[in-house]
Amino acid sequence: MSTYKLDYLDQLESEAIQIMREVAGQFERPALLFSGGKDSITLVHLALKAFRPGKFPFPLVHIDTGHNFQEATDFRDWLAESLGEKLIVRYVEDTIREKKLKEPTGRNASRNALQTFTLLDTIEEFEFDACIGGARRDEEKARAKERVFSVRDEFGSWDPKLQRPELWNIYNGKIHKGENVRVFPISNWTELDVWNYIKRENIDLPSIYFAHERELILRDGKLLATAKGVIQTEESDQIVTRRVRFRTVGDISCTAAVESDADTLEAAIAEIQATRISERGETRIDDQVSEAAMEDRKKGGYF
Amino acid sequence: MDLLRFITAGSVDDGKSTLIGRLLYDSKSILADQMEAIERASKSRDDGEIDLALLTDGLRSEREQGITIDVAYRYFQTTKRKFIIVDAPGHIQYTRNMVTGASNCQLAVVLVDARHGVVEQTRRHSLIASMLGIPHLVVAINKMDLVGYSQDVFSNICIHYNELAQKLNVGEVTYIPLSALNGDNVVDKSVNMPWYEGEPLLSHLETVVLDQDENLTDARFPVQYVIRPQTPELHDYRGYAGKITSGIFRKGDAVTVLPTGETSTIDAIEIAEKHYDEAFAPMSVVLHLADDVDVSRGNLIVKSDNQPIVSQNVEALLCWMDAKPLKVGSKYTLQHGTFRTRCAVREIVYQLNVNTYEEFTDAESLKLNDIARVILKTAKPVSFDPYGKNRVNGGAILIDETSNVTVGALMLQGEVA
Repeated sequence: MSTYKLDYLDQLESEAIQIMREVAGQFERPALLFSGGKDSITLVHLALKAFRPGKFPFPLVHIDTGHNFQEATDFRDWLAESLGEKLIVRYVEDTIREKKLKEPTGRNASRNALQTFTLLDTIEEFEFDACIGGARRDEEKARAKERVFSVRDEFGSWDPKLQRPELWNIYNGKIHKGENVRVFPISNWTELDVWNYIKRENIDLPSIYFAHERELILRDGKLLATAKGVIQTEESDQIVTRRVRFRTVGDISCTAAVESDADTLEAAIAEIQATRISERGETRIDDQVSEAAMEDRKKGGYF
Repeated sequence: MDLLRFITAGSVDDGKSTLIGRLLYDSKSILADQMEAIERASKSRDDGEIDLALLTDGLRSEREQGITIDVAYRYFQTTKRKFIIVDAPGHIQYTRNMVTGASNCQLAVVLVDARHGVVEQTRRHSLIASMLGIPHLVVAINKMDLVGYSQDVFSNICIHYNELAQKLNVGEVTYIPLSALNGDNVVDKSVNMPWYEGEPLLSHLETVVLDQDENLTDARFPVQYVIRPQTPELHDYRGYAGKITSGIFRKGDAVTVLPTGETSTIDAIEIAEKHYDEAFAPMSVVLHLADDVDVSRGNLIVKSDNQPIVSQNVEALLCWMDAKPLKVGSKYTLQHGTFRTRCAVREIVYQLNVNTYEEFTDAESLKLNDIARVILKTAKPVSFDPYGKNRVNGGAILIDETSNVTVGALMLQGEVA
């Protein structure tokens, strides 16, 4: 501390902690959306830094598509319990049944779009006025334009043309009843920043982020996890066994694995530094439908 | 490694998006699949050239109209530094977006078309950069390829710009002749302009000295949240959570809580449950005070020997950001850090023509994107520093009381009678 200068990771960390505390200070009933993925695990770690020795001023909320990696779900339950923080889980399965929703079928069908219904129902059920999420601006072009405090109307919609100006580090969370704010504390972090932070802070991650042998479906050059009842195999599919890791952890039906020998954090970071393909481009099948796929989902209330 | 946030200002025709695309491309920050997507999209265009601007325009309507509507953030790093590019639209109707983008930046790149020299929008962009207190300015004279890489053209623009800079309160100015399209002086030194002895843009961004930018003199700590576990073992724990906006706090410092004026000393400084003897801006910390004083969210803790202005009559530069005009006498919520109070607009002292810098004294209302000097009367006193001295503790926003939208950016200047 002799030079009075913060390293970039310290600057990003301090900014994220400030944003979390603004949520605690400005809202009545916030929540932290937790998926078991590395970005939301990083958020939990930042919340510890922001609020300990106190309790979190919000529960962890998981919108469970039912299409999870078991490793991620186990990790989620373990983490919430070991921290003594409240975990709320709501299931897309239940929404489908109650609302008689038609589930997408066919190849590469995913529950990502249906997740929005469950999320909005959960927000209504608990009257959440702010939901903290782990989205980053480097993930995708539409995200690059989103504010840290992103105000959504009663239908959860994002209107890119009516975003509030956000100046200095002043966050305006004033809303009307029924509206809510999505808050993104790690907006300014890149994928590599998250990994470097996880390494520096020695944060535990689910094992699927590291290289392991696994049975997979080889489809259109992408490796999908085999999951009974979730992914229907097709004639052209090949079942293969490969040494892989997952670069993101999303819905199992649309998250592809990458072949890898990186079984430590150092090795995973080295791989990410060397890669020439973006995170979503490599592993998310759902964003490749159209140029504006993410923008459309966000306008519809997606996270 | 340190971090530089910089804004690029320019309009469609200045080649701003091409410049950003070039920085990302030549610094190898564009990944293979993103490049393929651009190549695919470029093929559907008439000229078939790879359009680096497609990298930055993220929204459907932006791609359709070929313009940038909102502020976008880009990230890249070199071996020397990490960068956040704040990509703001330059057209006059998006002044508010540029103000938004500029508020956090340490450096601004103002693009000038070598064929046109200093034009109206150069003046506007420079005014905003200076008003928002950006300490480092780069005047990037682009499209040098279209003027035969002429040193005379470059020198003349520098002379013109320097005259303009004299009228503004701008920090250090650096002039770089470049061609974003061809890559001259963006990442690599141009072979076409051997007369230019300075560095290319990227080297300049990597080496510009940032150490003096953080205000380490005026210790300011807005309280965001009070941590009170209220468990049997932590029964008396009471920690004030916040981010130090400027200055340095040390254990044992005599402090004053504003606006109440109560005094105490710092008993402990905590970061993630570890104790430290000192902490400085921009760290997020937990402060503990020695005495049982009344402190809550919205209070500002300062060192007692260095106090800000505490006043209900405030003079400020204002950028109006809402379609509904501001009228003298209207009431708004003012948010300054974590502090909120109601306020009324007492007077518009003058309105500024953002292109000519002329001042008009007869304005009764302000339209979207107007900039003016105003006097506000607040319900509770605001504890602030003049913006020129302290960017974070000198900035505030106005919030519309019915729509809840942020409608104005305030650069607080001082107290009036």
